[in-house]
Amino acid sequence: MKRMVQIVMATLREIFDESAYARFLLRNGMRSSRAAYAAFLRENEAARARRPRCC
Amino acid sequence: MSRALRILIWLMVTLVGVLALSRIALDRGEQISAMWLVVAAGCTYAIGYRFYSKFVATKVLVLDGQRATPSERLENGRDFVPTNKWVVFGHHFAAIAGPGPLVGPVLAMQFGYLPGTLWILAGAVLGGCVQDFVILLFSVRRDGKSLTEMAREEIGKVGGFVAYVAVIGIVVILLAVCALIVVNALKASPWGAFTIAMTIPIALLMGLYLRRIRPGKVLETSLLGFVLVILAIFGGQWVSQSSSVAPIFTLTAPALALWIILYGYAASAAPVWLLLAPRDYLSTFVKLGTIAMLALGILAVRPTLQMPALTRFVDGTGPVFAGKIFPFAFITIACGAISGFHALISSGTTPKLIRRETETRMVGYGAMLAESLVAIMATVAAGMLQPGTYFAISSPAGIVGQAPEAAVATISNWGFPITAAGMHSLAQAVGEQTLFNRTGGAPAFAVGMAQIFANSLGGQTVMAIWYHFAIMFEALFILTVLDAGTRVGRFMVQEALGHVWEPIGRTSWYPSILGTSALMVGAWGYFLWQGIKDPLGGINSLWPLFGICNQLLAAVALCVATTIIIKMGKARFAAVTVVPLAWLVAVTFTASWHKIFDPSPRLGFLAHAQQLVNSQANDAARLIFNDRLDAVVTGVLIVMVALILMESGFEWIRVLSGKKEARVKEAPFVPSRFQAEEQA
Repeated sequence: MKRMVQIVMATLREIFDESAYARFLLRNGMRSSRAAYAAFLRENEAARARRPRCC
Repeated sequence: MSRALRILIWLMVTLVGVLALSRIALDRGEQISAMWLVVAAGCTYAIGYRFYSKFVATKVLVLDGQRATPSERLENGRDFVPTNKWVVFGHHFAAIAGPGPLVGPVLAMQFGYLPGTLWILAGAVLGGCVQDFVILLFSVRRDGKSLTEMAREEIGKVGGFVAYVAVIGIVVILLAVCALIVVNALKASPWGAFTIAMTIPIALLMGLYLRRIRPGKVLETSLLGFVLVILAIFGGQWVSQSSSVAPIFTLTAPALALWIILYGYAASAAPVWLLLAPRDYLSTFVKLGTIAMLALGILAVRPTLQMPALTRFVDGTGPVFAGKIFPFAFITIACGAISGFHALISSGTTPKLIRRETETRMVGYGAMLAESLVAIMATVAAGMLQPGTYFAISSPAGIVGQAPEAAVATISNWGFPITAAGMHSLAQAVGEQTLFNRTGGAPAFAVGMAQIFANSLGGQTVMAIWYHFAIMFEALFILTVLDAGTRVGRFMVQEALGHVWEPIGRTSWYPSILGTSALMVGAWGYFLWQGIKDPLGGINSLWPLFGICNQLLAAVALCVATTIIIKMGKARFAAVTVVPLAWLVAVTFTASWHKIFDPSPRLGFLAHAQQLVNSQANDAARLIFNDRLDAVVTGVLIVMVALILMESGFEWIRVLSGKKEARVKEAPFVPSRFQAEEQA
């Protein structure tokens, strides 16, 4: 049950880009802040804008 | 578990599945429980996954757990990230699940519940799941390349070009259809219009909250957005009852269309973080939650299907859209059975997250099964409506008449009795002035969904809240498809025009952004405008066009897949993609022929244009032009897919006859460290 909840939370964190933000902070050795999040958004803007949503 | 026990269990699953399918297919003249559909689906999916997907995985694709995937070889913590298979499954499902599997089965319900159900089950297990699975695997073996890149490399330049144009074509038509569904659901509905209008400032607020107050806390922000949307639904009730505010949000179809076109343009040109991303988060949050709730609701209520297995409209005279079961049921239901658009997702983000090659089976094949189950749930929601109610909601005024009395008389004459008083009571119960002529599928689905929710939670007194929750849920993620699609289309147009004049290709150059956004919005806006002015409700023309585009894209994907399978030296197993390809070619080419040349003005674009030639109506010239434009668009798409079919066929012959070396363009083999770690 605990494992299931962990997987559901991990899935939600991946879908909602929280994991991507955590990886960004780790990769750049940064702490979460407005500036860090703005940099994350800049880096991901092109990829995110090209991500299609199916019909 | 012993082998004998396993065989016994699978025999039981097969027997239960056969029993459920027999009950669905053979019962006539009595109503059946919707649970038979759920059981049949569960057994079919279990057998399909356990046996067919395993056959495809081991015999055809020969999945190799020792081969490193691009997420491992090219890991950069950004695009390429080895990810847990269940997480990738959820991510992939969230990307492929859209309004299609909800709307298509509702529209196809005019034939009865049987054709749609059988197509959803067979189409998914033998076609859609296979397409998603093989394209995902082939993209994984090519460093996450897109469908268009694979088409160019494996088939040829024509293949690449056709795939590119087909994608733009499908995006334009898809966005027009999506916008039309929203217009039909929200016209003359102050409650719905207010709720959806509020999602825009809510998304802006979420964007600012995420950027300024709680950076990176997306789940928390989405929850906050969800609470605000629920408040907006209650606010919408107040608005609809206020004599001073209600008129502001009581909009005609043309007014709504203009607002949506303006919204699409703004969303395409505005920064991603401000509007597009928060709306996407919000709609995904609502979408996943609501689909889960709907599944639980169906299990709790176990509704009875009121719709017959087959209706009189199998003869092609249906009011929702014209055309016989073959081929029109098979292009009306796309996403729940097989959808070319999925090939774009399977060759987009997902292949860059796959940790092990062997996991493509669960993600590609499995997520499409889950999508198919969503389509079955939509079938249940529409099938539990009284047939008369379904046709009153879903039929255009041009067929059943504008006045309630006329519509009631027409529909009752078809053998589906309803009364104007009954429809008025239902409209009042869901907080609307009328439910007549709400074409597009979304309102009929919302009424069914509201009944399921109200029966399991809150009773009839909260029907109106649930109805508007359902409308909000559909409109929210349809508009998300719209803004994301407009932006994706804009990038593709920029990329293409960038070859003509380099500055247009710069995706951050504002004149290019504004110009190409206008081009994209203008294209789908034109078809939307055509749809709302169509006396037959627009859906009659646009949904088949969308279905044809989507299935043609699936045909392109299956051409690519077949070519690769043959080049892999697995020609003896090519039937796994050739059979669905042949079926789709038969369906789309027949449907296109009917849509262009059928002598019935309700069905054929050219016949309808001819009928209008001597008309004295003010807008006759425009309607004639639109019909001819639709015919040309359909014809061009068919010619292009015929080209890719021919190019693929020649490539297959060259390879099979030995005139060309069978060489696939995969990334070189690199052993996976994950495999080694697990073995250690």
